[in-house]
Amino acid sequence: MANIMDKINSEQCGDIPEFNIGDTVTVHTKIIEGETERIQAFKGIVIARSGLGIQETFTVRRVAFGNGMERVFPIHSPRVAKIEVERKGKVRRAKLYYIRDRVGKAARVKEQR
Amino acid sequence: MEKTLIGKKLGMSQIFDEKGRVTPVTVIQAGPCVVLEKKTVEKHGYSAVQLGFGERKAKNVSKAVKGHCKQAGLEDNLPQKIKEFRLNADCEMAPGAKIDASAFSAGDFVDISGTMKGRGFQGVVKRYNFRGGRYSHGGGWKRKPGSIGQCEFPARVYKGKKMPGQMGNVKRTIQNLLVVKVSVEDDIICVKGAVPGPKGGFVSINAAKKK
Repeated sequence: MANIMDKINSEQCGDIPEFNIGDTVTVHTKIIEGETERIQAFKGIVIARSGLGIQETFTVRRVAFGNGMERVFPIHSPRVAKIEVERKGKVRRAKLYYIRDRVGKAARVKEQR
Repeated sequence: MEKTLIGKKLGMSQIFDEKGRVTPVTVIQAGPCVVLEKKTVEKHGYSAVQLGFGERKAKNVSKAVKGHCKQAGLEDNLPQKIKEFRLNADCEMAPGAKIDASAFSAGDFVDISGTMKGRGFQGVVKRYNFRGGRYSHGGGWKRKPGSIGQCEFPARVYKGKKMPGQMGNVKRTIQNLLVVKVSVEDDIICVKGAVPGPKGGFVSINAAKKK
């Protein structure tokens, strides 16, 4: 019973690069506009990962033009073309929701070396 | 082929379509089922087929059931679940014939029946989504049903009045569920949305009546 569920789920799971909470990533998403399809990049800090297996999602936060912006991506979605890890972050929490309340320099994440 | 099967609910998952949209699906192990008996109008007064599903050890099956299965040519693979489905008289299923998930294909609509999870004896707030009373500002009543009728007329409580009682553990049918995916080698059918019953519960799958 569990094996078949695993099979159904793992069939749809592609190769996902390893990334963690606090990493800065660029997510390349496919955007379909009528007939044409183009790729849009979204760069920011991963502040949360939730769910398991096929249902897993991750939240990317960036500050653009002074406004905080968050997008939640299903990790195995075919619309997520590529995930690039730009910078490894050093954090002590699994969810970085505290960053929402911080502005400017305080909203940074230390780099892992 | 007749579009009727016994299945087992395996759980829920999700499927991405080509545009990247997520469809929530229930994964059902559907069949293979064996026709154990065919009931006819002449002999039984109604027409139906009796299907068997699953496997059970021979030592756990009563002699009566064993003998019944023998008529369909089943000696060792004895069914775990036996269920009857009303079908048209012209159905061409003979005892011993097999039905599997290939009876359905993606895009079909199905009706699925199963036994709901039992919730026990429940009050009206949980059972019928009554609002209940205020907890603050001197509420006075919390989860009670409130008034159940009028006064001298009609001087009785109307039939069917929603009251506390047993919730769940009854057969329910969900109609017009879309079949999203069929895998014949794994005997799997994925339908969009939820299906009554717990994981591992038996469900019966029929072609949609109202489509």
